[in-house]
Amino acid sequence: MSETLSNWIDWLPQLVQGLLVSLQLTGLALLIGLPLGLLLALLSASKTTWLRRAAIVAVEIGRGAPALVVLQMVYYGLPASGLTVSAFASGAIALGLTTGAYTSEILRAGLNAVPKREVEAGFALGMTYPDIMRFVVIPQGILFAVPALMGFAILIFQATALTFTIAIPELLARAYRVGAATYLYLDVLILAGLLYLAVTIPFGWLVSYTERRMSSHLG
Amino acid sequence: MIELGLSLLRGVPATLIVTGGAFLLGALAGVPLVLMRRSHLRLLQYPARFYIAVVRGIPPIVWLFVIFFGLGSGILVLTSLQAAVIAMGLVSAAYLAEIYRGGFLALPGGQGEAAKALGMSRLDSLRYILAPQVLRVSVPAMATFLVSLLKDTTVASTIGVRDVMMYASQKAQSGGGSFTPFILAALLYILLTIPVAVLSRRMDERLRTRSQA
Repeated sequence: MSETLSNWIDWLPQLVQGLLVSLQLTGLALLIGLPLGLLLALLSASKTTWLRRAAIVAVEIGRGAPALVVLQMVYYGLPASGLTVSAFASGAIALGLTTGAYTSEILRAGLNAVPKREVEAGFALGMTYPDIMRFVVIPQGILFAVPALMGFAILIFQATALTFTIAIPELLARAYRVGAATYLYLDVLILAGLLYLAVTIPFGWLVSYTERRMSSHLG
Repeated sequence: MIELGLSLLRGVPATLIVTGGAFLLGALAGVPLVLMRRSHLRLLQYPARFYIAVVRGIPPIVWLFVIFFGLGSGILVLTSLQAAVIAMGLVSAAYLAEIYRGGFLALPGGQGEAAKALGMSRLDSLRYILAPQVLRVSVPAMATFLVSLLKDTTVASTIGVRDVMMYASQKAQSGGGSFTPFILAALLYILLTIPVAVLSRRMDERLRTRSQA
């Protein structure tokens, strides 16, 4: 037991380095994915039929395709089509695409939760439709979606472990490397698991706190 | 293109075995887990809470590695297919227990009380009154979970399970890398989810009409 503990202390710095890479990937995926998700949510409510259909098809494919398939498609596909990107960049792009598809559904639900009478009130005040969307519907819709988006952020953080397969030095990759070198897979994987929990459990509390705060505030 | 499609199809059995096996394992193990989670005895409730929180807080691929490499290095040597079914099954148990718990919460409180008033034992009330109704309201959520499980089984390819994902990335690597194998794989996974969606809708309709009769 004490041996395991002293090993853990030895490994901790490099695993924490990996955790930081996982967190960076999560941040980038959200940075790419959230605007994409909002765009897809707005397009799937568009009055132009072909735009709406294209957005719905894109979302269905993005949600239907496993995240690992999207990841490897970007990683092996982009270089083949002449674009040179680092593994880290392809990881961020791929997770961003998955984020876009999933968050578009969350954001669409948020936008739909804005009462129709507010849109009507905007028209009555002489606002144009783009202005109503920009100043009335989108800000409130995003606010409604915040707890679900935070819940999704936990999932995409967990999904960064998939980038192990494209050799990004994130948490799981570093744990695996230590395991392969020392053959103490179980010990190092438990430590990696604890580090994942150190992020997901407190953040999960934050999500339920936000949910409670928002339901008492808006409900 | 056709040859590529056929080679991906060779991965379908492994994908279905991991998905089906893990779902079955999870659906069964989820039952004692939810009963413990709902128990008033802390000795039962807290371990269940702990299991659910810890399992859901760590990525499935890490559990896969814990079972395959962690336990595999001496304690319990498994084939990659066995490890994938067990790891994904243990993860599924936590998620399905939460789905069942949602089902229990959806039942009107009067059901259990009425059974008690009729003099039914707690076990009988669970067996004949609560469980069938919980299963009924859980079907749609279980189907949604099954679809996401099917997609999550792609991680099994990382420990050498010869599933659709594995054949796709093999083809991509030997072909100098391209989008095509993965686009076909994505379409194949989407195709595989369609029967689940259809079946769940049909089951839901049947159970609904039966509950009204």
